[in-house]
Amino acid sequence: MNNDTLKNLLKNGAIWGFIVLELVFFEVAGSWWSLSDNAFMDLDNMLLLLKQSAPIGIIAIGMTVIMINGNIDLSVGAIFALSAIVMLDSMSWPFMEAMGDGAIPLAWLFALLTGCLLGFVNGMVVWKTGVDAFIVTLGAMLGYRGLVFMYNGENPTFHLNWTMVDIAEANVLGFETPALVFLAVVLVVWLLMTRSIHGRNAYAIGDNREAAVNAGIRVGPHFLINFVLIGFLSALSAVAFYSGSGSVNPNDGMLFELWAITAVVLGGTKLTGGRGSIIGTFGGVIAIQLLRKGLGHIGANSETVNLVIGSILIIVLLLDRQLNRKGAEELKV
Amino acid sequence: MTELTPALRLEGIVKTFPGVRALDGVSFTVLPGEVHALMGENGAGKSTLMKVLGGIYQPDEGKIFIAERETVMISPLEAKAKGVMFIHQELSLAQELSVAENIYLGELPRKSFGRVDWKTLFDRTDAILDKLKVGFNARTRVGDLSIANQQMVEIARALTVDAKAVIFDEPTASLTDAEKVVLFDVIADLKAQGVGIIYISHRMEEIFRMTDRISVLRDGSYRGTLETAKTNEDEITQMMIGRSLDLTRNFEHVQTGDVALRVEDLSCGHLFQNATFEVRQGEVLGFYGLVGAGRTEIAETLFGLRKPTSGRIFLKGKEVRISSPIEAISNGISLVPEDRKAQGLVLGMNCRDNITLPQVSDLRAGPFVAEGAEVAIYDQYRDRLAIKAPSWRAIAGNLSGGNQQKIVIGKWLSMQPEVLIVDEPTRGIDVGSKSEIHNLLRELAKQGYAVIVISSEMPEVLHVSDRIVAMYHGEITREFTAEEVTEDSLIQAISGISGDAA
Repeated sequence: MNNDTLKNLLKNGAIWGFIVLELVFFEVAGSWWSLSDNAFMDLDNMLLLLKQSAPIGIIAIGMTVIMINGNIDLSVGAIFALSAIVMLDSMSWPFMEAMGDGAIPLAWLFALLTGCLLGFVNGMVVWKTGVDAFIVTLGAMLGYRGLVFMYNGENPTFHLNWTMVDIAEANVLGFETPALVFLAVVLVVWLLMTRSIHGRNAYAIGDNREAAVNAGIRVGPHFLINFVLIGFLSALSAVAFYSGSGSVNPNDGMLFELWAITAVVLGGTKLTGGRGSIIGTFGGVIAIQLLRKGLGHIGANSETVNLVIGSILIIVLLLDRQLNRKGAEELKV
Repeated sequence: MTELTPALRLEGIVKTFPGVRALDGVSFTVLPGEVHALMGENGAGKSTLMKVLGGIYQPDEGKIFIAERETVMISPLEAKAKGVMFIHQELSLAQELSVAENIYLGELPRKSFGRVDWKTLFDRTDAILDKLKVGFNARTRVGDLSIANQQMVEIARALTVDAKAVIFDEPTASLTDAEKVVLFDVIADLKAQGVGIIYISHRMEEIFRMTDRISVLRDGSYRGTLETAKTNEDEITQMMIGRSLDLTRNFEHVQTGDVALRVEDLSCGHLFQNATFEVRQGEVLGFYGLVGAGRTEIAETLFGLRKPTSGRIFLKGKEVRISSPIEAISNGISLVPEDRKAQGLVLGMNCRDNITLPQVSDLRAGPFVAEGAEVAIYDQYRDRLAIKAPSWRAIAGNLSGGNQQKIVIGKWLSMQPEVLIVDEPTRGIDVGSKSEIHNLLRELAKQGYAVIVISSEMPEVLHVSDRIVAMYHGEITREFTAEEVTEDSLIQAISGISGDAA
C-alpha cells in the first residue's frame, strides 16, 4: 500500500517535481555562470511567466478535456486566429464604432460565439459522421485557416482601443488579466471534470466507449459539448491575448495545437483517452514556459529551445511508459 | 519411452510478480513424438509458463532444457531459433501482406541487392500449404481469409522451421469440425516426425482424442502428470480445481410470478429467426447453444444494441420498442455483457463510479455529482453482493474477475431492472467465485427478478436454470424444464439433431 502511494505520487506528481528541478537548475545555473543579473525565481518574473503561458495554457485546458474524452482537436490554432480577427474587425464595423467603448463586450461576445460555432461544427461532424476526430479537425484546421486568409488576405487585422488595452493589462494583486483568465479557466474546468456529471461521463467514454454506451450514456452529445468547449476556450484565449495587442496576423496561432498537445501529454494525460487531469496539464503548461524562459535566462539560443523541449517530451513519455508497462505486467497475473 | 531424449524439459520454474507467485516450481517433460496436454484453470499459470518458454518472461529460478541442453530464452526470436514454435490463440498476422510473406516474415528468401526472391518464397509456401490441404494459396492476402484459415497460416509458419517442440494454445477455438480434422492430421504428422507437442486446451474431448499425457497446473504449481489412456475427466477436474465444483442439477421449485418479458417471433437478419419465449418473475431462464447459435445476439437485440428485422417484445404484457440501450434501461432491461472488460467495465475507473455509471446523471447535487449518494449506493451493493475491494476508490481493472463481475451485476441491480440478462456469467472467473455468482443468480430469482442466463457451459446452465432454451443455427430448437432436461437431449437440441431421431 505504501509502495502504491509512493508510485502514485511519483506518477501524478512527476510534472511538479520536474518544475522544481527546472526552477532550481535555472536559478543555480543563472547565478553560477553569472549569465544573468536577476534572480530567476523572482516574483515578478513568475507572474510574467503565468501571463505568457496563458494563451496556450487556456487552449491546453480544453485539449485536456477533448483528449480525456478520447478525441483530439487540431483546429484550435485556426479557431484562435479567426476569433481574434472577428473580435478586432468587428470593432470597426459602423454600428460598433457608433457605440464607442460599449462595443467592447459585444466584440468579445462575437469572438466567443465564433469559437463556439467552429467547435460546434467540429463536434457535429465527429458525432454525426463517426469520422475520427483527428481527420475531422485536421480538415478543419486547414479550412478554418483558409477562412482566416479569406478574411483579410495576407494583411494583419488591427484595431487599437485603449480602453480594451487597459482592461487587458489590468492588474489584480500582480496578476494581469490573461493570467487571471487562465487561472479561472483551470479552476472551472477542473471542477467540471472532477465534480460534474459531464466530466464523469467524459472519462468513462474515453476509457471504454462500448461500456459507456452499454450503460446508457449518449456519447455524441458529450463529444459535442467538449468540442464547443474547446472552441470557446480557443476564442477566450484569443480575447485575452488580442485585447491587449490589438493586431492579429493571419499566421498567428499556427502550431498552437501541437504546443497544447505537448503540454497536455507532459501533464500525464493519455493519448488514448480515459485518463488525465486538468491540474496535470496546468503543470505541463508551466513546465514548458519555464523551460523557454529559463533557457533564455541562462543565455541559450532561442533556436535551441524547441530542441530541448522536444527531447524532454520524449524522455518524459519514455519514463512514463516504463512505469506503466511495469504496472501492466503486474496486472496481468 | 523413457529412454528417449526429452524434446523439452522444464525444471523447477519459478516466476514471481510483486505480490503473486505466478509459477511455483513447475517441472515437466515433453518427449519427442508425444502430444502433451497442459491443463489448468484460467489463472493457473499456463500462459505465464508459455511466456517463460517463449522468452517473453525470464524465470526467477529453474532451468529449461531443449533436447537435454540447458537453454536460456532471452527473446521470442531466440525461442524460435532454438526450435520452440508457438501457435497462438490470438493471431499475430499482418493483415495486408500475403500468406507467404506472413509465413516467412523476417526471413524472406533473398536475391542479390536485397531483392526478395518471390518465386522461391511462393513455391516453398505452396509446398507447405499443400501439406495442410487448405483452400487458399501463397499469394492470398491474409486479411481476406477467415479466422480459421488465418489460424492455418499460423500453423504453416510453425512448419517452416525444424521445430523441436510446438506449442498449440487453444488451437481449435475458432475452427470448424472439418478444419479441426485437418489440424489433428497436422499434429499427427508432426508427432510422427518426432516433434514434441504441448497442447493447451479446455476441451476434454480433444484432450482425450489427441494427447498421450496430461500435466496439470493449479495456482501456479505443478500438480502432476497423468497418462491420458489411464485417466478420466473427473480425475483431471479434481486435479485442476482441487475440489469438486458444486454443479448439481437445479430442482428447486421457485414461486414464479407474472410474465416479465415475452418475445414473439423475434428475428434479426441471418443471426437468429423467430425466437419466441417468455421469462417470469422469479425464475432463471437458461440459454444454451454453441457459439454463434444466436444467443448473444438475442440478448443484444433485447438490450437495443441490434435492430430486430421483425418480431415483437412485450414487457409485463405491454408491447415495447427498444432501439438503444437507453430505451432498454428505461424499460427495465439490463445486460451483463459477455466480455466484461471490453463491454461491461470502465477499467480505469474506481468501483463506485462503475456501479453508478448508468444513473450518475440522476445523482445531482446542484451542478455536481452527489458523491455521498454514490458512496451509499456502492456500500449497499458491496454488502449485498459481497464485493471484495479495498475501498470504493479501488480501480476496477485491478480487481479479480469475480469481483469485477459483481461490480457489473451491482451496476445493473442498482437500476432496479425487471429483467436481468447475464451473458456468460462466469467466463474467466475462478472456481470459488463461480459458485458465488451461481448462488447470486439463484438468489436474485428468488427475490423476484426475471433472470436470463446465457452460457456455453452445460453444467452451469443445468445448475442455475429453471427452464432452458436450446438454440441451433439461429433458431430455438427446444425448450426444457429443469425436471425434464437431460444432458443428452440438450446436446441433441443444440446440434440440430431432432429429439425423436435419437
